[in-house]
Amino acid sequence: MDYAYTLWILTLPVAMFLTIGLSGDRLKSNAAGILGTAGLAVIAALSWFTAFSYFGSGLPESGFQPVIAAQTTWLAFTETLVIHLGILLDPLSVMMLVVITTVSLMVHIYSLGYMHGERGYNRYYAFLSLFTFSMLGLVVATNIFQMYIFWELVGVSSYLLIGFYYEKPSAVAAAKKAFIVTRFADLGFLIGILLLSFNTGTFDFAALNDMSGSAIAQPVTTVFMGLSVSTWAMLLIFMGGAGKSAMFPLHIWLPDAMEGPTPVSALIHAATMVVAGVYLVARLFPVYHFAAPDSLEVIAWVGSFTSLFAAVIACTQLDIKRVLAFSTLSQIGYMMVALGVSGYGDEGVGYMASLFHLFTHAFFKALLFLGAGSVIHAVHSNLMTDMGGLRKYMPLTHLTFLIACLTIAGVPPLSGFFSKDEILVAAFEHNKVIFAVQWFVAGLTAFYMFRLYFNIFWNSDPHYHHTPHESPPTMTGPLLFLAAASVLAGFVPFHDFVTTDGKPLETEFHTLVAVPSVLIGLAGIALAWWMYARKNSRPESVAQTLHGLYSAAFRKFYIDELYLFITHQLIFRFISRPVAWFDRHIVDGTMNLIGNTTVSVSVAIKKMQSGELQWYIWYFTSGVLVLTLILLYLN
Amino acid sequence: MSGPKIIFFILAAAILVFSVMSIFSRRILRAAIYLLFVLVSMAGLYYMMNFQFLAAVQLILYAGGIVVLIIFSILLTSQINSTLDPPRKSHLLLGAVTSVLGLILGATTILKYSFQASASAPIGTDMRTIGRHLLGTGAEGYALPFEVITVLLLAALVGSILIARKPKV
Amino acid sequence: MNLQSEIPLEYMIVLSTAVFFIGLVGVVIRRNLITMLMGIELMLNAVNINFVAFNHYLFPHRLEGHFFALIVMAIAAAEAAVAIALIINIYRKFSTVSVDDVDELKY
Repeated sequence: MDYAYTLWILTLPVAMFLTIGLSGDRLKSNAAGILGTAGLAVIAALSWFTAFSYFGSGLPESGFQPVIAAQTTWLAFTETLVIHLGILLDPLSVMMLVVITTVSLMVHIYSLGYMHGERGYNRYYAFLSLFTFSMLGLVVATNIFQMYIFWELVGVSSYLLIGFYYEKPSAVAAAKKAFIVTRFADLGFLIGILLLSFNTGTFDFAALNDMSGSAIAQPVTTVFMGLSVSTWAMLLIFMGGAGKSAMFPLHIWLPDAMEGPTPVSALIHAATMVVAGVYLVARLFPVYHFAAPDSLEVIAWVGSFTSLFAAVIACTQLDIKRVLAFSTLSQIGYMMVALGVSGYGDEGVGYMASLFHLFTHAFFKALLFLGAGSVIHAVHSNLMTDMGGLRKYMPLTHLTFLIACLTIAGVPPLSGFFSKDEILVAAFEHNKVIFAVQWFVAGLTAFYMFRLYFNIFWNSDPHYHHTPHESPPTMTGPLLFLAAASVLAGFVPFHDFVTTDGKPLETEFHTLVAVPSVLIGLAGIALAWWMYARKNSRPESVAQTLHGLYSAAFRKFYIDELYLFITHQLIFRFISRPVAWFDRHIVDGTMNLIGNTTVSVSVAIKKMQSGELQWYIWYFTSGVLVLTLILLYLN
Repeated sequence: MSGPKIIFFILAAAILVFSVMSIFSRRILRAAIYLLFVLVSMAGLYYMMNFQFLAAVQLILYAGGIVVLIIFSILLTSQINSTLDPPRKSHLLLGAVTSVLGLILGATTILKYSFQASASAPIGTDMRTIGRHLLGTGAEGYALPFEVITVLLLAALVGSILIARKPKV
Repeated sequence: MNLQSEIPLEYMIVLSTAVFFIGLVGVVIRRNLITMLMGIELMLNAVNINFVAFNHYLFPHRLEGHFFALIVMAIAAAEAAVAIALIINIYRKFSTVSVDDVDELKY
């Protein structure tokens, strides 16, 4: 099967980025939007076609095998250590292609309505194309270095899109924060890449994940600070993933990233870019599993803690986009947990569950964000205190948002139920503590999502300046499509397609796990209904009772303040200031001294250029004499 | 002391004394006349060394041509009676020091080197020989430099006319 | 007339060196363009003595020094003509021939 046409999946977004970006205002803004959307529709169609031909070609005996659709050598360091650029198709990357292009297409269509009349409409579509290109390049990377390149490109496009409203200081600050935090994490990623490639002599995923390859067959067991070098390498790579996926304690940028336009939040900060960390761990999963099982344990606990931590914070936030942001953190925590507790081959249910959840989460979280965007579009506020009773005004948004909430709460038979259930099963088989935490977080998820839902669509009607109205069809269309996807995605036989070794996986239904998780989800919904369905004083009294916890969670457990303390009080004061002083006085001083000396010397000797002929003759003669002396007596 | 020696010393003394006077005289016209004396004495020196033609050229060209040209320009550019400014102390000092040092350096170097006078028979310096060499194109012919000099002289002629003429207003 | 036995070559060359440096002093101390030109003429003549003397003492069978001196004279004539043309032009422009006042190219 020839997959060379997949190159178009990468070249089209670049072409669109250049066309829209370089044409500037010469392109009418409607034209830019339609061009971008049409281009993305083509890409999405190509991706779907790729997926059908890849999965539809029938299951080979040995499971789905990776295909290198295109490859070119970019840098050759040695015979073996070569950096390629290429396109790798395997179940994981094909699944990601479908998710990214589908969600991206929905966001493009949605943005036609949402961004209508905004300044910088063309810029917005150019950046979206750039992001799509980077993200697609990331998932089809054949080697870890190519992935790193696109990883950084993704970071840049995320930065550009968060800072889209660059006239707002808060947006600029958020963009900087996101860039710096993820860049800091990428430092670990880069060191991890270097460690790994130094020890294995390859960048290629195929060689790294090869069972007989040096990464798995001969892990470096040299112990450094209690962990083997292989474990360190994989942990550092995970650090990069944790930065992009906003795992604790590198999560602080994601809530602030909500300063960007809402469709961007849906695309980048919910469905695609933030799951890059999950994708990274999944991509290198055999290495993690066989060479560095300790790091998988770390991943599981980090994921578990993040999901609990973020869920607690989400229960207290008032800004609806921030609630969704923390919900995203929590759900990515789920995915990380599933990867962390997963085994390989027949026991790889966690791996499958994680990617299944990634798949379903992309749809329902994008739906939630787009729905929130629709609400914000109507109310012109982000705060849930300014909302209420909107079900009367926005029936379609209400319906789709309800579906999304039910999905994320894990109500059967919606897709969230299936994927979350698989994760809980995997956790249950691996570690009961993690299972308990995740089970509790499932309840919290249901609670905070329905707190959001009831506060927006029920509760009492605040005084609106003008009556909210339903969004245009360009916005409700994607909502309906994503709602349908959220409902139906659970029925995709995912365990047949995306597994650790490419072979189908037998999964069984655990009543012992499924029933309690559904029950706690329903309990969360019920609690939310009791507290928020109608205006009453119960929320305040609960907040009063849990005063310490509530205010701590409301302030996001003071993590931002901690970061500020560390950076401003410790790093800036004790490292940066002396360094700045050194730079200003010693380094600059040296340079100034050299410059000033040159100037003063030239001022002093410029008198020699007096314009007086006699002096020139005298200089000349003296020079001849001195030369003669040197030649005669010093030779 | 033999005759040639006496004549040489008289000529040498005349050259040195008149050149120093020409340098330090503050009357510019007198300086030019002293220069004329120096050049004439040099012609005598050439004559002593059997280069009669060169001596004649020295007299005609330098004494008759260049010095007249210099006097002519003096008359054109400044009052005859005006005296030159006395030399600046610093210029005098530096020039004198450099010159004395250079003289000492040159003289010691020359005197240390023992020249071997050639014993080969001198070539005649009659006009026939000079003329044949000057316009010869053979091994010791100087036709090419001669022609180059003619071109240079022509260029100088044209150039000085062009430079010195009154600009068209 | 053969001088070789009477006057050593060194005398001639020391004489020319002395004239050369006298000419140099003349160029350095005077600020009048014409007197500077006279100093330069002295220096050129000193060099001529060298050429002639070397020819006479060391290579009597050839005429190279002689012709060199001849060429130097021709060049001196050309130079004097051009220099005087320049001096006249400068005088016309600046009403002076002192180099102190002609320093347009100063730093």
